[in-house]
Amino acid sequence: MMSAVDDKPTPSREGASSAFTLGPLVAGPPCCTPQTHISIKSVTLSYGRIPAIRDVSLDIYKGCITALIGPSGCGKTSLLSCLNRLTDLIPGCHVEGRIAIDGQDITTPDLDVQRLRRRVGMIFQKPSPFPLSIWRNLEMPLREHGVTRRDELEFRIEKALADVGLWAEVKDRLGSAALTLSGGQQQRLCIARALTLEPSTLLMDEPCSALDPLSSAVVEDLIQSLKGQYTVVIVTHNLAQARRIANYAAFFWVKERAGTLVEFDQCRTLFDQPRHELTAAYVKGLQG
Amino acid sequence: MPEPANLIDREIHPVRDRVLLGAVWAAAMLVAGAFVWLLADLLWHGAGRLDWSFLSTAPRNSGRAGGIWPIVVSTVLIVAVAIVVAAPLGLATAVLLSEFTRRGGATERAIGLSLDVLAGVPSIVFGLFGNAFFSVWLGLGFSILSGGLTLACMVLPILIRTAETGLRMVPDDWRLGAAALGLSRTTALHQILIPVATPVLLAGLMLGIGRAMAETAALVFTSGYVDRMPSSLFDSGRAISVHIYDLTMNVAGGDRSAYASALVLIALLVLVNGAAIWLSDRTLQRKIATR
Amino acid sequence: MSRTARDTCLLLGLSVAAIVASGILLLIILFLSTEAWPVFSQVGLLKFAFDEAWYPTEGAFDLKPMLVASFAMSMLSIMLAAPLGIASAVFCRFYAPPVFRRAYQWIIILLAGIPSVVLGLWGLTVIVPLILMLAPPGASLLAGSLVLALMIVPTVALTTQAALASIPQFYWVGAAALGLSREGTLLGVALPAIRSSIFAGIMLAMARALGETMAVLMVSGNVVQLPTSLFDPVRTLTANIALEMAYATGDHRSALFVSGLALTVLVFILAWVARRSGGQVVHA
Repeated sequence: MMSAVDDKPTPSREGASSAFTLGPLVAGPPCCTPQTHISIKSVTLSYGRIPAIRDVSLDIYKGCITALIGPSGCGKTSLLSCLNRLTDLIPGCHVEGRIAIDGQDITTPDLDVQRLRRRVGMIFQKPSPFPLSIWRNLEMPLREHGVTRRDELEFRIEKALADVGLWAEVKDRLGSAALTLSGGQQQRLCIARALTLEPSTLLMDEPCSALDPLSSAVVEDLIQSLKGQYTVVIVTHNLAQARRIANYAAFFWVKERAGTLVEFDQCRTLFDQPRHELTAAYVKGLQG
Repeated sequence: MPEPANLIDREIHPVRDRVLLGAVWAAAMLVAGAFVWLLADLLWHGAGRLDWSFLSTAPRNSGRAGGIWPIVVSTVLIVAVAIVVAAPLGLATAVLLSEFTRRGGATERAIGLSLDVLAGVPSIVFGLFGNAFFSVWLGLGFSILSGGLTLACMVLPILIRTAETGLRMVPDDWRLGAAALGLSRTTALHQILIPVATPVLLAGLMLGIGRAMAETAALVFTSGYVDRMPSSLFDSGRAISVHIYDLTMNVAGGDRSAYASALVLIALLVLVNGAAIWLSDRTLQRKIATR
Repeated sequence: MSRTARDTCLLLGLSVAAIVASGILLLIILFLSTEAWPVFSQVGLLKFAFDEAWYPTEGAFDLKPMLVASFAMSMLSIMLAAPLGIASAVFCRFYAPPVFRRAYQWIIILLAGIPSVVLGLWGLTVIVPLILMLAPPGASLLAGSLVLALMIVPTVALTTQAALASIPQFYWVGAAALGLSREGTLLGVALPAIRSSIFAGIMLAMARALGETMAVLMVSGNVVQLPTSLFDPVRTLTANIALEMAYATGDHRSALFVSGLALTVLVFILAWVARRSGGQVVHA
């Protein structure tokens, strides 16, 4: 099912790396020669002594959208949380294995986690802009990360809002409360907030599932437009959505009470010619 | 054919039901009646004595005449000392409990236990402690400082409990969002969490103030009896509640002044507790700061 | 300052505050014990139970009359306050016409907030003369119990109210489906279900009654004697401390601290029992 993005003018891509093209706006082969951005090797995550995911190895490619799919409870969100070390905040959570971003190991204890989270942004299922004005929502993280010049702040904020398609809608009300925006607008604001920090990767945990269908479509279009410029890892329960937007898909399943990676392939291949019978059953909606 | 069963229980136990009904009404009317009687009595005896000069002049003739101005000042000073000391301590402890300790963990249980026990100590025992520690050991004697510090110990558990509740009420989504953006916990607290929790924190503060103002037993041996205008925090000062006590028990004919003072105290308490309720209602309306 | 350094400083500051806050209790125990020690070591604990009378300036430290007075007053006041408090909560929720409901709720809340001196003042000028008409001197065990009862009724009422509100909907629905009347539901289902909460509330109210000073001081007569009737003037442990602290020195002062410690221990036991009984809704 084609999305309606073709009809909308996409924002200009100044500064996009010339090594990538946007590629066709349909789920399919990668838009370029795959280059590993994040490498996940034998990662096991446990809460206390109970493993949530076991021995997962996976390569996330640069500039592409990788969808993590599978039934509830197989650790997709947990894996996502490993990538920006949000697991540090969960008491009793223990991660083994090696995760490297652009070659640098992020599982070492002396990593500057705050710098990592600037490079790897995260969008949550429930849109949660801070209880501040739209402007402050975007300005505060920038100030925290050292951007203090007014002109730079304005430039980045305007650019981020334009990239998510909100600038025209909110430019006259930047001082109003962010929580007065609609659900879809709030989620786009959260994406803009992450974009102001110029991340290389965006992690998205079911970003559309808490939104109504109309807002959901708008946010989905936005995510598609990020292809090529950002590496996106998206957890989704919506198989049709994965099919629509993702270049690659990783299918997870629960085995022996822990989540494991069953199959990882280009999205189209995984859906049309899955190698594993579990995958086949899942994508046809028979199990899970 | 058997008789149709009674379908309404009320018919089955008419006596029991009616007796209970009567008993409940009687009890409720008794309680309400006592309250109304109390209030009416206060107003009847005290309102006549209450006027502007009562609030603004000093007591004369051991308080039978004149007003309660220096006493009001002393009360405000004592409560102010208590709050200035207890509020930062209380907020800091609440932040530690809510943001930095695990729920049900050893630290939380230890601190929680200590505070719960502290909350249960009778006020006269606080008076004993305050006398032994602040007045004697620290050498503060009978002073506003001594009384205020003793009250600070008394209201600390209330402040911590309400502040912790207020902070825990703030949704976790914002904490996770702040962490995902790489914000330091200090920033998240300062810019997001505490501003959002502020109405509840203020409500807790009001409750603490109310408790401090109503307190008598802890003050009698720490801030003393002197009814003159205090010239410094090290002077002895008399709180309104102590004044009422003195007028009632030790001053013959001091009744009317005692009643009037009681009205003033109750008016202050209603004001403060009303503010507490209004503030905590505001959080339920989810007003968002625009900055 | 870097972000991590800032956070570490914050944690340090917060920890110091928390240590101070939790340390206050230890400080209290320390100072009370230090002040109470002289009489413990020189006079011994048994004297407090077995001396003939309370003449502290002459070395007689019998606390019995005051302990008995404190207990008797608390028991009497709770016997009055418990049914009144439970009935108040039940009334507010189930029997009050909507017009009254809010007003009654406010009455309970306001009553809870009245300072004890004010209740003592009212008790002295209104209740005591009334009792005087029955039997002199008026200031008595009965007067203290009545005033105390009025003080603690809101405690029982509010805890019972909270417990009633926590009963899940299906209890009420189930009872109605069985054809139980309002009274039948209350007696048969609701009150039994929250009995541990009510018990906890009663324990807390008793603890409050035991610890109360000013109101009982003002209306009980303050004579050190074992009460033989409701109309005897008595002196509670709390009133004793309040009255004699002003001029007590040496062993006398120590003895007062001992009684303070004893009081605290009693209150803790009650509060501990209250916590233990938990107060959960009983499921069948």
